[in-house]
Amino acid sequence: MKLLSIADYTLTNAFGAGRTASLSGLRGGRSALRPIDLEEPTPKTWIGRVDGVEDVSLPASLAGYDCRNNRLALLALEQDGFLEGVRRAIARHGATRIGVFLGTSTSGIERTEHAYASLPDQKHLPVGEHDHALTHNMAATGRFVREWLGLRGPMHVISTACSSSAKVFATAWRHIQAGLCDAALVGGVDSLCLTTLYGFNALELLASGPCRPWDRDRAGISIGEGAGFALLEPAAEGIGLIGYGESSDAYHMSTPHPEGLWAARAMQDALDRSGLSPSDIDYVNLHATGTRANDQAEDQAMRAVFGGKVCCSGTKGGTGHTLGAAGMIEALFACMAIEHGFVPGMPTLGQPDPSLHTPVVVNAREQRVDYAMSNSFGFGGSNCSLVFGRIEA
Amino acid sequence: MKVRIAGVGLIAPGLEGWQASIPVLAGRAPYSPSPFEPKAPAFCPPNERRRMTPVIRIALQAALEAMGDEHVDLSTVFASSEGDLGVIDHLCTALAEPHRPVSPTQFHNSVHNAPAGYWHLGRKSHAASTSLSAGEASFASGLMDAMSLVHTEARSVLLVAYDGSTPERLHPLCPIDQPFACALVLQPWASRSGGVWLELGAITAEPSDTLAADPALEGLRLANPSARALPLLCAMAIGSERSVRLPYLDGSSVTLGLAV
Repeated sequence: MKLLSIADYTLTNAFGAGRTASLSGLRGGRSALRPIDLEEPTPKTWIGRVDGVEDVSLPASLAGYDCRNNRLALLALEQDGFLEGVRRAIARHGATRIGVFLGTSTSGIERTEHAYASLPDQKHLPVGEHDHALTHNMAATGRFVREWLGLRGPMHVISTACSSSAKVFATAWRHIQAGLCDAALVGGVDSLCLTTLYGFNALELLASGPCRPWDRDRAGISIGEGAGFALLEPAAEGIGLIGYGESSDAYHMSTPHPEGLWAARAMQDALDRSGLSPSDIDYVNLHATGTRANDQAEDQAMRAVFGGKVCCSGTKGGTGHTLGAAGMIEALFACMAIEHGFVPGMPTLGQPDPSLHTPVVVNAREQRVDYAMSNSFGFGGSNCSLVFGRIEA
Repeated sequence: MKVRIAGVGLIAPGLEGWQASIPVLAGRAPYSPSPFEPKAPAFCPPNERRRMTPVIRIALQAALEAMGDEHVDLSTVFASSEGDLGVIDHLCTALAEPHRPVSPTQFHNSVHNAPAGYWHLGRKSHAASTSLSAGEASFASGLMDAMSLVHTEARSVLLVAYDGSTPERLHPLCPIDQPFACALVLQPWASRSGGVWLELGAITAEPSDTLAADPALEGLRLANPSARALPLLCAMAIGSERSVRLPYLDGSSVTLGLAV
C-alpha cells in the first residue's frame, strides 16, 4: 500500500502536555494515574486527568465551541510547534486539500450532562443553554479543529468507542488514495465526563485503584483523557503508516470475542497490507485495558498471530484508558518507540497473570524498533490494528 | 469516483420502504407523512432485539431492506449526525439523579457505533465497520467514506444514514422532528454491468438542492440531518440521468452524478 508518513505530531495526556511529557513518562516507567479528584461526587476509582484543561480558553470568535473536549483539543494543538507544522502543510498542499479525520467517543457530552443536572425540573432545556452542534454533537471537535486551523478539506469524526481514533489512519489513507484529499490531519480527543465514569461503573468495569493491565489481580480500567494529532502525507521517507486492519467481532455489544478471533484478523490484515511477517514486528502496543475479559481475549489473539514471540506492552497503566483518543495516543507511542529506540513498560504491573501466554515488557528499555503495531478494540466489537515503520527511500 | 448502487433502503414517516416510496419520491403521488412503528429486525437474537431502541431499529430496518436476505459479508459505514439522543436523554436524566442510576444497557447503547454493532452481530458479519458524524453533512460524508472504501479496497459497502427524533427535553437545543433512515449498497464500478451509477463530483460553494416543488417532502428533508439525502433518493426514484447537490460542510455542497 502507498505509504503515509507522519510529517508532524503532538500529544497530550495524563503524563502532561506535549511530546516530551509522554516520552519521559514512558521512558521513566511512570504512572500518571491519581485517585479521582473531580468536583462531582463520583465512583471510587482512579483517573488519568490532564492538568490545566479547565484553564484553557477558546478564542472569542469560537466561544460557542466551549466544552472540555474542545479545550483539550486546543491545549494539545498548541504544543510542540504543531501549529507551525500545520501552516507548513497548508503551504505545501493548500487548505482545501487537507482532510480532517478525528476520533472521539463522547465529544462534548459533558455540556448536556451539566444542563440536565443544573436544570432538573425543566421539561425543555432553554434555547441557548449551550450550542449543541458545536459541543455535544459527535462532529463538534472535528468542526472546531478544522475551523481553528483554517483547514478546508473533507472532515468527519469517527466514533466507534475505543477504536475511534485508530480507525482515522485507515480513513485518511483511503481518502488520500481515492484522491479526496492530498494530506490529512488525523487525531483523537476524549475528555473525562460522567457518562463514561458511571457507564463503565454500571458495567462493573472500573478498577477501584490504578488499572493493572496483564496483572493477575487486574480488576478493570482507569479512565483517562487525552488528545493526539498527526499530519499524514505521502512521502518516500520518515516514520509512517504502512498497514491497517479492521474487523467486527459480531459477538457482544460490550464484551470481546473470548478467543480474540477477529482481533487477530485485524492484526493479520494489518500485517498483510504492510507486507511484513509477524517476526518483522519489533514492538506491539497492546490495547491492554486491564479488564479480565479484554486482556484475556487480546492474549489469545496475540498468541494466534505472534505465537508469544514478540516484544509488547500496554501503556494504559501510565495514562489510563483514554477511550476515543486511545487509538491515536497509542499509535503515536508506537511511532515514538520507533523514533527514539525504546520500548515502554507497564508501571502498574505487579504479578503477570500466569494464565496469559503473551509475555510483556514490565520495565521500559532502550531498544531499536523499526516496525511497531498498535492495537485498539472497542465496544460493539470494533477492532483496528495499525502497523507503523521506518519508510526508507 | 464511480460506484454502482445495488440496493436501497428507506424508512421515515410516510416513506415506509424504498419500493413503496418510489411514486412519492418521483413526484407521481402525494407525500402524506404518518407515524410508523419501527420494527425490531428478526435476524437478531431475541435478547438483542429487546435492547434495541427505536433509532437502532430504523437504522437496521433500512440496512436490511437495502441488503435483502442475502448473507453477504459487507463492510459497513454508519453515518448519523446525532447518534441516539433518546439514549443520551435517559443517561443524562439518570446522571442528574442523586445516586446516578445509569443502566449498563443504556451505556453500551449510547456508543455511536451501537447500530453497527447490532447489525454485525445479527448478521454474523465480521467485516470492517465505521460509524461517523459530520453534523448536517453526515450523509454526504458517509457516502464519500463508503465510496473511498469501495474504490480503494475493491469491495462492496453498505452505507446506512440515520437520525432519530429528539426527545422533548433536548429538543430546543437540537430540533429533529421526524425519524429518518436510508441505506445504499455500493458496488465497485465495472463498465459492463447495468443498473444505477453514482459518480462523486466536486465540492463547491453552490447551494445544495431543495425539494421546493413538494413542501411536505422539503419539510422532512429539513426536519432530520440524515434526510438531507432525499434529493438523491428522489433523483433515483425518477430514474433518469441527472446530478444532485447535497449539503456538505460550511454551506458548501457536493455534486453527485447519477447515471442509469
